[in-house]
Amino acid sequence: MEEFAALLDTLVYTTSRNRKLALIADYLRETPDPDRGWALAALTGELDFPAVKSSTIRNLMKDRVDPVLWTLSRDFVGDTAETASLLWPEPERREGNVPSVSQVVEMLGALNRNTAPKELPALLDRLDANGRFALIKLATGGMRIGISARLAKTAFAQAFDVSVDEVEEYWHALQAPYPELFAWGADGGDPPDVSNRPRFRPFMLAHPLEDTEVDVADYAAEWKWDGIRIQLVRVGGESRLYSRSGDDISATFPELLDVLPMDAVVDGELLVRGAQQGGPENEKTQGGAASFNALQQRLGRKTVSKKMLAEAPAFVRLYDVLIVEGEDLREQAWTTRRAALEALMPRLPDTHFDLSSLVDARDFEHLAEIREGARDDAIEGLMLKRRDSPYIAGRKVGLWYKWKRDPLLIDAVLMYAQRGSGKRSSFYSDYTFGCWDGDPDTGAELLPVGKAYSGFTDAELKKLDRLVRQTTLNRFGPVREVERTLVFEVAFDSVHTSKRHKSGLAMRFPRIHRIRWDKPVHEADRIESLRALIRD
Amino acid sequence: MSAPFSWIRPEPWGVHIVPADCWVDPGKAVDRALVTHGHADHARGGHGETYATPETLAIMALRYRTGLADESGEIPTKAIPVEHGETIRLPGDVDATYIPAGHVLGSAQILLEHAGERVVITGDYKRRPDPTCAPFRVTPCDIFITEATFGLPVFTHPPIEDEIAKLTKALTDNPDKSVLVGAYALGKAQRVIAELRAAGHHDPIYLHGAMEKMCRLYEEHGVQLGELRLVSDHTKDEMRGSIIVAPPSALNDRWSRRLPEPITAMASGWMLVRGRARQRGVELPLVISDHADWNELTRTIDEVDPQEVWITHGREEALLRWCELGQRKARALALVGREDEDD
Repeated sequence: MEEFAALLDTLVYTTSRNRKLALIADYLRETPDPDRGWALAALTGELDFPAVKSSTIRNLMKDRVDPVLWTLSRDFVGDTAETASLLWPEPERREGNVPSVSQVVEMLGALNRNTAPKELPALLDRLDANGRFALIKLATGGMRIGISARLAKTAFAQAFDVSVDEVEEYWHALQAPYPELFAWGADGGDPPDVSNRPRFRPFMLAHPLEDTEVDVADYAAEWKWDGIRIQLVRVGGESRLYSRSGDDISATFPELLDVLPMDAVVDGELLVRGAQQGGPENEKTQGGAASFNALQQRLGRKTVSKKMLAEAPAFVRLYDVLIVEGEDLREQAWTTRRAALEALMPRLPDTHFDLSSLVDARDFEHLAEIREGARDDAIEGLMLKRRDSPYIAGRKVGLWYKWKRDPLLIDAVLMYAQRGSGKRSSFYSDYTFGCWDGDPDTGAELLPVGKAYSGFTDAELKKLDRLVRQTTLNRFGPVREVERTLVFEVAFDSVHTSKRHKSGLAMRFPRIHRIRWDKPVHEADRIESLRALIRD
Repeated sequence: MSAPFSWIRPEPWGVHIVPADCWVDPGKAVDRALVTHGHADHARGGHGETYATPETLAIMALRYRTGLADESGEIPTKAIPVEHGETIRLPGDVDATYIPAGHVLGSAQILLEHAGERVVITGDYKRRPDPTCAPFRVTPCDIFITEATFGLPVFTHPPIEDEIAKLTKALTDNPDKSVLVGAYALGKAQRVIAELRAAGHHDPIYLHGAMEKMCRLYEEHGVQLGELRLVSDHTKDEMRGSIIVAPPSALNDRWSRRLPEPITAMASGWMLVRGRARQRGVELPLVISDHADWNELTRTIDEVDPQEVWITHGREEALLRWCELGQRKARALALVGREDEDD
């Protein structure tokens, strides 16, 4: 537990991705089984101990610390686990050894709501403040230390010099503490046998088209829908739904788990029912998807209410089929897989599946025209897929392209800047910008509408950094408020209503398109112009 | 005869000693000031007369030209030295005694006596040993006016040896990089350097320009700091594998771009709270404080055992609650502008 606590503590203070990877990789190499497997599960949020909740910890503390002092401390520290780890009364003498991660997991797993208040104190007494912090974080879940599942897998791959795609393939089929994964990665054993278990296959991804032109004879075109890319897997009657990063999101969309009538692996866009995302010609066959904003209400939930299932039911618009009834089609050409997918459609319930239709164009110019026309339909753009391309994990040049519709643009005023991390750690590189809430010449104010941290060159960054430092009005921790002097032309994919922001708006993928050193701030756009672009 | 303790009056900008018409650590310029130590939230320039220890006066001369002549040769701000242990008689039959506070070089508590009543104003203090200043002395009194910067029970400062070991280990683990330590220019910086020397670290330590004069002042007062060099005189490569000390404001400043792959450390009591360290982008938090932690605060109140505790600058509420739980009479004073800067 000491090493794990030290790892957590260091990760908390590490901002560089490479250093995080190195720290986790070192830990995985140096820690024995099964401790390292449990630690990996803890870091990726895959452990759950129903008997220990944040309230369990609060109740323990109430018996030990004056409630007023607890509340004052908790408010100052801002984190229950950390406050409790600091306020836990140090025992006169530590009883017993410091437990290992596996022992902790075993003990926590054996607790129920009645035994937890008695057993947890004994466990906490065996640890120092850092250890207590790690224990409480591990027990209550939600590390919140900026480690994604993908980062953890990459660290595993780096630790044992194996391919991250392979790690990805096995990972989801295995259970913590992943003995088979370590036997293969760390000890050079056989790859885990995951043939009979549902697992994630890394997605085939696309490059931006940019200035490339393709021949429509070689490339098929289809809409790029504005939902979330998913993979639905059924093996031996058991189904799993995976997100683009490979996270298991089955619990978030339970309505999709029992709907594949055969064992298969399919790739598609998850959407919720609504009237926004049709498709220009064939509203009947491709109608009925809501905007991304509606879908967003359903993301990230561990449980789903009946009301939500009824109001915003999910379905999958299919792009591809990887495996069907034991036959692996990934080596086959896209045309073959597409034919297999089309043949599959009549067997799938149309309540939960439809087929992403192809876009027919005479030539590339015609395709460009169609893409322009698609602007109003909350479609992200077009996908271009080489007709003879196999299904290959990752991004391979020349096979798939994404051709997003041109971004929306707005002129906004720089209001706040925040220091970046890693290479940019001494630079103000994250910019919050705003639009006018009325006529700036008659006393309108700027309201923040978004934040961007990309789209400029290193030289521009230096210049922006200097401007921020020279025009600072206020400092709030790492954030500086600046004088309103600079206009950004901001590019973004779409804009939606949002209760979270004062302006009532949230932009998707905002980035700096151009820095308008020349433009006076009163000529920046007003909130109304942005609001007119909403397609909720 | 007037009501008990009516001769001493807490005001927003300092404690007023009425019969002597004199202020302790006033936040604005006054005719007569008693100053506990040289930090900017206690000491400022422009007082007609400043009573402080010789060390504090030296610091104030450096920072505010206190006691120094102006262009015309006049001395507009008079400096009156009071040694630790010395008692001076102020107008209005008030006696003031300066007692070591253990906070920074020259820091003092001030014992005020009038009409048989005793009041101690601690200024800032700590109870841990510090090679750069004289240790705190417990002084019995009726009213104890204590600081409460770290007045929350979460604050238990670890032994400084542990934190210094973390610092030297970071250096050993990263011989090609450097460790940049943010430390307040008066007190913290010199204490960290002195503790490093005591732990056997004798390599040159590099300083941000803003640190140089204060380090020299400490050395003139007998605090040995070993070989110090200025960052501006050296190249990136020369500084690899070294410790660099800078004021906290320089940590994320453009200034740090001239350093060889610095690991950002910060020596402060606030570093105990992870969120505080993360906010400042600190990779190596060093929990080193020149203030009393919760246990020192409460132990000191118990040892001094006054009739009444007055609590100033910091988290007064929690210490007030602690006094209430222990049935001690206590009140919080709302003094303006007393915050920790970058302790």
